[in-house]
Amino acid sequence: MYSLCGLPYYWWTHRAKGEGVSDAPIIDVRNLTKRFGDTTAVDHLSLSADKGEILGLLGPNGAGKTTTIQMMLGLTTPTEGDIRILGMDIKTQRRDILQRSNFSSAYISLPTNLTAWENLNVFGRLYGIKHSKQRIQELLDLFEIPHVINTVTGALSTGQLTRLNLCKAFLNDPDILFLDEPTASLDPDIAEKVRRTLANVQAEKNVTMIYTSHNMREVELVCDRVIFMAKGRIVTQGTPKDVLERAQSNSLEDVFISIARDGELKEPVSEEEDD
Amino acid sequence: MWTRVSGMVLRYLYLYRRSLARAGEVFFWPIMDLMVWGFLTVYLQRHVVADAVLFLIGGMIFWDVLYRSQQAITLSLSEEIWIKNVINIFIAPISMFELLLSVCLMGVIKAGLATLVLGTMAALFYTFNIFTLGLALVPFLGILLLFGWAVGMITMALILRFGKAAEALVWGIPFLLQPLSAVFYPVDVLPAGFRHFAGAFPSTYVFEGMRHVLQTGNVDVSMMVKALVLNGVWLVIGSAFFGWMLGQVREKGFLSRLGME
Ligand SMILES: Nc1ncnc2c1ncn2[C@@H]1O[C@H](COP(=O)(O)OP(=O)(O)OP(=O)(O)O)[C@@H](O)[C@H]1O
Ligand SMILES: [Mg+2]
Repeated sequence: MYSLCGLPYYWWTHRAKGEGVSDAPIIDVRNLTKRFGDTTAVDHLSLSADKGEILGLLGPNGAGKTTTIQMMLGLTTPTEGDIRILGMDIKTQRRDILQRSNFSSAYISLPTNLTAWENLNVFGRLYGIKHSKQRIQELLDLFEIPHVINTVTGALSTGQLTRLNLCKAFLNDPDILFLDEPTASLDPDIAEKVRRTLANVQAEKNVTMIYTSHNMREVELVCDRVIFMAKGRIVTQGTPKDVLERAQSNSLEDVFISIARDGELKEPVSEEEDD
Repeated sequence: MWTRVSGMVLRYLYLYRRSLARAGEVFFWPIMDLMVWGFLTVYLQRHVVADAVLFLIGGMIFWDVLYRSQQAITLSLSEEIWIKNVINIFIAPISMFELLLSVCLMGVIKAGLATLVLGTMAALFYTFNIFTLGLALVPFLGILLLFGWAVGMITMALILRFGKAAEALVWGIPFLLQPLSAVFYPVDVLPAGFRHFAGAFPSTYVFEGMRHVLQTGNVDVSMMVKALVLNGVWLVIGSAFFGWMLGQVREKGFLSRLGME
């Protein structure tokens, strides 16, 4: 059920970060399936992500993106399949994985009646961050919202709130970051700023990111590789360039629409794949 | 005008139809109130009790300890759900034991403060000095706090699992305990069937014990031991229920929905 023994955990979180997992994929998901009653939200999905890779999970509403991410965070138990993250099994080492990953989404929020600093301080403790004061200041600077440090969270604009959520997501210097529509409801200017900051941090820290978004232009800019899902299954995947070439299309948006309407990608017959 | 009024009335009726718990609420509170006052009346009619006023104030203060303790736990978590922070917490590397411990401590703090204020006020205005209970205060308060934790865990689990629909239940459950725990009158006032239930709650022994101390000046130790053992049982039930519900919630993928509905 839940573990009562905190000591091994203490040892784990306070040990030096080992780099013993470099060759194995950072995220390794096999045959992941989730059924909610009669709905199959995720259907035998397998995917992996390497260190520093930004992987886009795309697909129409209800494709199973959020469910997939929730399972990787241990919020939802899979019906079938295995999830290994940083070489650890989510079933047995959930908290060790969570210590080294983080999540943000436009659909969750921090307590609105606490100030930005209070919120980050609380999560600093939950993640056992040392020198959290300095870390919080750095992150607020990084996301260009240092002036809101003493503002009550409820009084922040959507753009500021999203960036505060991202500060929280970076607090523990995660190896893996799950971002479920992080830029939803941001204006193009702020969205661009957020993307740029994410790209900078990613370049510096080599964070692995799983990214969902309905903004195809953004996906093309941000993601190294994309996986298009529909009805819980992978329809097509590869670098954005590969996907476009294979679909003989000029824009991911067209690819998206074709997948959303037909539930599959009508691939033009190519010699390579027609063997 | 009536179209608009009926529109609003309809809006609330829809809600009640959807949620049994909410509909139950309409009858639940009045019934619980009637039971408490009804049994109290029976008690006062049967015995002319000189100490009755002291019993009432004492009962009220101790009841508040149980109530605060339970509410602190339940409200802490439901707040996280309403403000959509629950996912942030569940994806932080905090164990369920640590989370429960944090909210239980909040229960101690809230109940402690409430007792302090109520105790002082009762002493100043109603010449009820809670300290006349002497050392018995320690087990009394302890038992109520612990039982509050157990009930809090059960109600918190219901909120996690059933969300807003369980809200009414969560406020109601402690008041279901109130008539049965013999807060304001002795257990023998209750009908025989109810007495069995009363015996299952540690809180009953505290209220009986309080009246015993006020009347005789002695603490019934065997009663306290019995209450502590029962508390152990309830805490195991409470945490097991919480764990089980949490498993269900993960299975049904409700955590991702909780913050959003
Ligand atoms: N807790 C749940 N209980 C029942 N069904 C669910 C639950 N969560 C998701 N579903 C269903 O599973 C399917 C996948 O949902 P999911 O939220 O993963 O899609 P998504 O790809 O994130 O969509 P969107 O783009 O709208 O965010 C949908 O049909 C949805 O209705
Ligand atoms: Mg989604």
